Amino acid sequence: MAYDLSFAQDVYKNSEMGHWIKMCKQCGVCAGSCPLGPHWEYSPRQLFQLVRGGKKEEVLKSQSMWMCTSCYNCIVRCPRGLPITHIVHGLARYASVKGYADPNQVTNRFATKIFWTNIVSTGRVGEAMLTMRLYFVDGLAAGIQRGLEMKDSALGMLMTKRLNPIPFRGKIKGYAGFAAMIAKAQELEAKREAGA
Amino acid sequence: MADDQAASRTILVVGGGISGLTAAVEAAEVGHTVLLVEREPQLGGRVSQHFQYFPKLCSPSCGLEINYQRVKNNPRIRVLTLAEVEAISGQEGDFTVRIRQHPRFVTEKCTACGECSKACTTMVANPFNFGMDQVKAIRNSHPMAYPNCYFMDAEYARSAEARTLPCPVGAIDPDMQATVLEEHVGSIVWATGWRPYDAEKIQPYGFGRHVNVSTNMRFERLANSYGPTSGRLLRPSDGKEVKKIAFIQCAGSRDHNHLPFCSRVCCLASMKQATYVREQYPDAQVTIYYIDLRAMDRYEGFQKKVEADPGITWIKSKPARIDEDPASKDPIVIGENTLTGIRYADSYDMVVLATGMEPTSATTARVPGHSAAYDEYGFVVKGGQVLSSGCAASPLDVAGAVQASTAVALKAIQAAAKRG
Repeated sequence: MAYDLSFAQDVYKNSEMGHWIKMCKQCGVCAGSCPLGPHWEYSPRQLFQLVRGGKKEEVLKSQSMWMCTSCYNCIVRCPRGLPITHIVHGLARYASVKGYADPNQVTNRFATKIFWTNIVSTGRVGEAMLTMRLYFVDGLAAGIQRGLEMKDSALGMLMTKRLNPIPFRGKIKGYAGFAAMIAKAQELEAKREAGA
Repeated sequence: MADDQAASRTILVVGGGISGLTAAVEAAEVGHTVLLVEREPQLGGRVSQHFQYFPKLCSPSCGLEINYQRVKNNPRIRVLTLAEVEAISGQEGDFTVRIRQHPRFVTEKCTACGECSKACTTMVANPFNFGMDQVKAIRNSHPMAYPNCYFMDAEYARSAEARTLPCPVGAIDPDMQATVLEEHVGSIVWATGWRPYDAEKIQPYGFGRHVNVSTNMRFERLANSYGPTSGRLLRPSDGKEVKKIAFIQCAGSRDHNHLPFCSRVCCLASMKQATYVREQYPDAQVTIYYIDLRAMDRYEGFQKKVEADPGITWIKSKPARIDEDPASKDPIVIGENTLTGIRYADSYDMVVLATGMEPTSATTARVPGHSAAYDEYGFVVKGGQVLSSGCAASPLDVAGAVQASTAVALKAIQAAAKRG
């Protein structure tokens, strides 16, 4: 079987922080450190080795890079100093751009629809609405159940003024500048991805 | 004649471990005068703390004993213990050094009869055994110690009891003061060696929090008949025999959060220590966690020999963390087996962290002044006025340190001959 280096080279060049994958020494600390470890199809270590081995389909169709909760345990412990969290998010984005990401994958849905709409429409995150939309992502019954499970946390956050129950309406001051910034970023990103 | 003058110039060797001893005796035995300075009360350094050397698994006391005899019988070597170099000025061929000698509180008249130690009632944590047991405040470091002359802890010297200790030859002097010497030397060999990397800094492995997580150097003392357990491999929490043990390689080594380099000996040291366990308890199970095994130089044969033992399991993985079972105090090693991709949480009687070598020249034994060149890790390298040998120059095993130091002795002779 021919050994195809082109996928790895493209990831090093065009996936955010992808060039760091070359540095991985396959020690396994990231996998052991990940709180969601047992739920990944591939550990970060395995994902990186699959990239290096040219296993494009296995990597890009995988759910693994969507599982990261950004706890940063792996970054703290990685003996080679790989920014693993960022590499993994970069791979998720890369899979998205290449058209491999499942739009119904819950993290993908949260990132690209719920979170994005929430922040872009007003210029800031509205916690109440964001939480609500995430909880009800699987329908009404599941949403209510999830809300009840988390009610003590929610009340605690309310008491300490960490959660505003009134949905944020209107727009932030200087929204036009914010919108222009987002537009410019999207333009640059599109240009970069077209070049890739 | 210029040559006679050069030969009369003293070579200063700093550090009385295996490297410094070697450099000192090699230079002295070809006719040069040597001043050997050691910070501890007795010579031997890290090697004297070991139970066995690899690959022959013989006791280091034999190699050290030969070197002590060479020092003792050579009138050209002057040994200063409890001494540190405080200042260096001048250049190759003509250095002036200032040396501070801390008080020993026991004079050279000491015959090591031990009467004082028997009478002493003050116990202190034993630094020779990494604080794992208690010793008298006046003592010899260990039975093989050289110079074979007792010493007293400074704090104890101020106590009333120190003045009442019996000594048949009148060697005890609690009023002894530090002295400062100025010496002229032709060349300087920095042989200050290494210390074990501080395992408490490797937070996820829990050394210092989990009682049955130890280190490789502590394990050497456990195996030694003069160690805290008289050579029986018993775990610290409850004295249980260590029948199921794990060694973790690269603990704080090859890690940009800790020591970024490979210390070259830890893989072999763990293989060697695995043989201690298997020898003492034939039914024991040993597991070695590794990233990749490095049996440096000519030691692959030793690795093959250890690999042939069915009681030793090898797991290719750098563990992520160690937990502790609150009831049994068993350490639980957690990580991913990188050959199978399977995550494990394995429980052991005891875990030994194979910590690496931190050059003391990086911290507590810096070369005073600006006469040395360092690499990024603090090893003393070529480019300065001071020569370095053994583990002050790079991580080495004992045989490698002896070879390197023999070579450095010749360099020191040449450097001393330079016109100052």
